[in-house]
Amino acid sequence: MPLVAILALAAGTYAFRLAGPVLRHRLHLPTRLRHLLSVAATVLLIALAATSALTEGQGFAGWARPAGVLVAAILTLRKAPFPLIVVLAAATTAVLRLLGVP
Amino acid sequence: MYSLWRTLDRGTLRDIALVCLADAVVGAAFGAIAMSGGLPLWVPVVMSLLVFAGGAQFAAVGVVLSGGAPAAAVAAGLVLNARLLPFGFAIGDVLGGRWRTRLAGAHLTTDESVAFVLRDGDPRRRRAVFWASGLGLFLSWNVAVVLGAMAGRGIGDTAALGLDAAFPAVLLALVLPSLTGTSTENAGHSGHAGKAGDTGKAGDTGKVGDSGKTGDFTNTGNAGNGALRRACVLGAVVAVAATPLLPAGLPVLLALTGVALAARPPADAEVS
Repeated sequence: MPLVAILALAAGTYAFRLAGPVLRHRLHLPTRLRHLLSVAATVLLIALAATSALTEGQGFAGWARPAGVLVAAILTLRKAPFPLIVVLAAATTAVLRLLGVP
Repeated sequence: MYSLWRTLDRGTLRDIALVCLADAVVGAAFGAIAMSGGLPLWVPVVMSLLVFAGGAQFAAVGVVLSGGAPAAAVAAGLVLNARLLPFGFAIGDVLGGRWRTRLAGAHLTTDESVAFVLRDGDPRRRRAVFWASGLGLFLSWNVAVVLGAMAGRGIGDTAALGLDAAFPAVLLALVLPSLTGTSTENAGHSGHAGKAGDTGKAGDTGKVGDSGKTGDFTNTGNAGNGALRRACVLGAVVAVAATPLLPAGLPVLLALTGVALAARPPADAEVS
């Protein structure tokens, strides 16, 4: 992988990151738009959680991973402490794989 | 800046440390995978420092290792990272107005640091949690990539540890509470809308048969949360359904169609 490719990816990524913090002060964003952006961030994070729980590449991720994530969702809604949520999610998936679940 | 750290309680710092630890294992795997694929040591190391986005790094290295052109690797990484653009607008307030702070802080914007910021409503704590999680993740990610690259093969298999479930679990643990409308932090999350009071509960019908059991009708954020919940469900369904059809990164962006369901602020919030 040539250095110039890494630099191009880094520059583009940094531009995506910097645009918001800089432009949101230049433009005076109406309250409604700010509300939309906050909604958009939450929607993106949930969609990211859903796709990374269920899919691998362009196919189904298998049952072990979504099962672990489901445990995380249930524990979150029951207000379990954060470390417990993450550790039990990974442990569920790991144990299921150990038992041969894909 | 260290006064910022004191605004964080121990629980939050512990949560951040745990996410750093989980990401470090993934970072070590990234370093190991890049090395065992035959790339020189500096590639994963420089990439992690400058790109600092796990998904895009895996995608770019994956394209190259499977024989793809560097331009294709860059394109794949950039599509994946396009979501950072709306993130920057949503949480850009935590970086304040100083250029130095913005230039440095922008680089620390990740899914995890954004999720930590969205969890909190208080501006001081938002700022503190952003810097703590951003810097913590930057350090642990990059150190882990170097260690993993030096260790080489052997730690490539994070699947056996179930670590692929940890990333979505972290996101859900951070974001779900703001959707259920029962946490106190939530009032702040819906921001201006929450403060402006609710006239919106009439508009919040649809198919919310399940919302009755929460029983907190006085919560001003409720109407907004109903809409936000539906937006998230639609977005997630669209993203998962589109995954077999589109290149990586685009399905998540398509989730933004869900925003249409929450386009209306919960109240006439123009006052704030």
